[in-house]
Amino acid sequence: MARTVSTRRKLIVTAIAWAIGLLIFFPILWTILTSFKTEGEAIALPPKFLFFDWTLENYGVVQERSDYLKFAMNSIMLALGSTFFALVIAIPSAWAMAFAPGRRTKDLLMWMLSTKMMPPVGALLPIYLIFRDFGLLDTRGGIITVLMLLNLPILIWMLYTYFKEIPGEILEASRMDGASLGKELLYVLTPMAIPGIASTLLLNIILAWNEAFWTLALTTKDAAPLTQFIASYSSPEGLFWAKLSAASTMAIAPILVLGWFAQKQLVRGLTFGAVK
Amino acid sequence: MGTISLKNARKAFGDAVIIPGADLDIKDGEFVVFVGPSGCGKSTLLRMIAGLEDLTSGAIHIDGKDMTNEAPSKRGLSMVFQSYALYPHMSVRGNISFGLKMAGLPKAEIEAKVAKAAATLNLTEYLDRKPRQLSGGQRQRVAIGRAIVRNPEGFLFDEPLSNLDAALRVNMRLEIMQMHKDLGATMIYVTHDQVEAMTMADRIVVLNRGVIEQVGSPLELYNKPDSLFVAGFIGSPKMNLIQGSEAKKYDATTIGIRPEHLAISQKEGTWPAKIRLAEHLGADTFLHVDAGPCGMMTVRAEGEYDATADAKIFLTPEPSRIHRFDKDGKAIRK
Amino acid sequence: MSMATQQTRALGKLAVSPSVFALFMWMIVPLAMTIYFSFLRYNLLDPNPICSLLSPDALLDAENRCLAGITNYSYFLTDPAFFKAMGNSLKLVGWVLVISVVGGTLLALLLDQAFYGRGFVRIMMIAPFLVMPTVSALVWKNMMMNPVSGFLAYLFKLVGLQPIDWFAHAPMTAVVLMVAWQWVPFATLILLTSLQSLDEEQKEAAEMDGTPPLSYFFYIVLPHLIRPMTVVILIETIFLLNIFAEIYVTGTAGRAGNLPFLVYQYGLIANDIGGASAGGIIAVILANIVAVFLMRMIGKNLDT
Repeated sequence: MARTVSTRRKLIVTAIAWAIGLLIFFPILWTILTSFKTEGEAIALPPKFLFFDWTLENYGVVQERSDYLKFAMNSIMLALGSTFFALVIAIPSAWAMAFAPGRRTKDLLMWMLSTKMMPPVGALLPIYLIFRDFGLLDTRGGIITVLMLLNLPILIWMLYTYFKEIPGEILEASRMDGASLGKELLYVLTPMAIPGIASTLLLNIILAWNEAFWTLALTTKDAAPLTQFIASYSSPEGLFWAKLSAASTMAIAPILVLGWFAQKQLVRGLTFGAVK
Repeated sequence: MGTISLKNARKAFGDAVIIPGADLDIKDGEFVVFVGPSGCGKSTLLRMIAGLEDLTSGAIHIDGKDMTNEAPSKRGLSMVFQSYALYPHMSVRGNISFGLKMAGLPKAEIEAKVAKAAATLNLTEYLDRKPRQLSGGQRQRVAIGRAIVRNPEGFLFDEPLSNLDAALRVNMRLEIMQMHKDLGATMIYVTHDQVEAMTMADRIVVLNRGVIEQVGSPLELYNKPDSLFVAGFIGSPKMNLIQGSEAKKYDATTIGIRPEHLAISQKEGTWPAKIRLAEHLGADTFLHVDAGPCGMMTVRAEGEYDATADAKIFLTPEPSRIHRFDKDGKAIRK
Repeated sequence: MSMATQQTRALGKLAVSPSVFALFMWMIVPLAMTIYFSFLRYNLLDPNPICSLLSPDALLDAENRCLAGITNYSYFLTDPAFFKAMGNSLKLVGWVLVISVVGGTLLALLLDQAFYGRGFVRIMMIAPFLVMPTVSALVWKNMMMNPVSGFLAYLFKLVGLQPIDWFAHAPMTAVVLMVAWQWVPFATLILLTSLQSLDEEQKEAAEMDGTPPLSYFFYIVLPHLIRPMTVVILIETIFLLNIFAEIYVTGTAGRAGNLPFLVYQYGLIANDIGGASAGGIIAVILANIVAVFLMRMIGKNLDT
């Protein structure tokens, strides 16, 4: 709107919006606050918001006792590893489909989409058994492979939509300028595709980090990422809310930050480009 | 040097035939304009010459050599795209020098050539800017600079001025024509604007639905259109086309007379007409009249013409300027 | 614009082949094996097969398999847990869809207004979607929904009501609440993106016409949102049919378990591979029905 909205209306909407926003955000906020409480404070009623004994002991305990770092490392490696391998396969595919489409390209894309729609439980048993028999259970390599395949359709689609947005005329200009195919890719296409590739990378990191089916089914301790680690808090002994909060805060913090930057990418990636 | 010929060049996408088969000979140093309505295939033909589209059959010869299957960069041609197609991540310098870099020229030589091209096009102070920081006209110059710097045998222009505003368009037109004079290179220029075609071309190629209707100098097409299509396309405002009983009097299915070839009289003339609308341009006045059996016609009056609505006038065509067409739309030459 | 001259087409085919191969293996091999297993009596704990062996698959333990016909299917389908799980699956999907589409639309409309701190509120509203499902589940189960010390219990007591023991008395509601909390932001994000693409000129034309706000919403905004809403519904359905972590982690399998969890129970807890496979195939069929609609929707966008 080119005209300004009345300040009074703005203030009313601000109040409503902030109220609802805080309401929705509350569980996360509460978790963060609880992570700084002692266990006693954590379960105390009435719950305290600001005036309690702030402490960092939970973070210390979580990191030492449960070898939190190992799980975090796993999450990082799974996220980065699957992203890397997925991109290695996805980029050429998306390039080919965007710039050298055949008659079958459209069908191919739809088929790839359909593989994403298959319920994981349909593949759970065979994958589990194959992993078991090949000693891949609870290995990072195994999970990276699974995560890579899981998200490959989304990545290919996303890269495809980004590549299609590159004006073909610019590539033709480079051909007129005498660039061989290799040089065209290197000097013109790749620099122009970098934002799209970065977006796709970001999306996959988020998806891989939060993946909570295969990581739960196929790992126990060695390759377990944070999803599995947090899940182990579901059958605890004794008081644990503050520690759970600390562990949770650490587990979700990176993605909350990344996600803030990746909103557009989330929309494009998760709707297969249907909404942009 | 820069001769280009098409021999039965054909382009089809599966069952859809864009160009049935084109034959054309372009002389060295000519400024040829491909003109026609949207979808007539002029851009396709240009791209076939450039090598950006394969030929389904036929051949293209450049300088007598068969270039039909050669890559675009080997044809010695440069192209200026409608959208300029500048490399957004490179500076102006990068854009202009890219082709030379691909050709493997030594750095010093590239620098010199880029500097020269930039000076010619008044781009020197913009050399380090990125395309997004430039205006439309400046981007256009960069596109031209990129084309010039490789010293090609021929230049290809794909509707380069259509994204510019009117005033800029007129200026750039003159600059391109000057460039042609200075460089003496062959130039093929695609446009849908027949004014551009008429003012810039040595020869015009009129295309209609993939078929070359006529090739000739601007005045040839103006004075001797071979078909109804060419007659109606060239010349602004459009030639008046009359059918029916009036046309029969001249022994043709359709006759044509340009607005500027009709004499206006208040008292007598061949065709009586009533003025419906007048366009006052200052230097000319265009009257849109209802000429009864002749239908609606446009007439040009010189200077300022005081036109009142529904006024009755008489129109007389210059006899030597009447064009006659048969039932297939072809010109009848006595 | 295509660069599909002869030179690039062959290279293109080569470039696509790794991903085609990978996805083919990923989809076909497990699916084929699942179908195969679903017709076998295959239990990891059962040492002695009852009937003769089929030709053993090189990968797997041959001693425990035997053709079971369709008994796995009939067993799975007549298990009362199946109907419950199916029902729960559909209830979960249904409720979350309704809540997220309605909620998402309202929130999107709210976020589209001008107010102070819009960026902050936006990130607050989107955040739940970014939280990993296991964290979300545990936070809700413990700190929010614990009947003694949970925050909701506190609120109930504050207004004089008896706190609910969510997981004992209303597990399905609890799960729906948890899942909806995560997916409303998704819908909001998608719908907001689409809302912001509403042509400014349409808004102005409506204003010139003197359109009252409610009519503006129903006749202009809503039709524009139908398409992204459809996308949201279909994408969410695909994901929601496969909700797993929340049920796994909160131990609500008994009463709020859905189809995927049932398959998991059959397979990795009861070790009945045959039965689990049959269940898996049923889940696949269910998902396929939805997929057909989703693909048609997405397919329309391929030509943009």
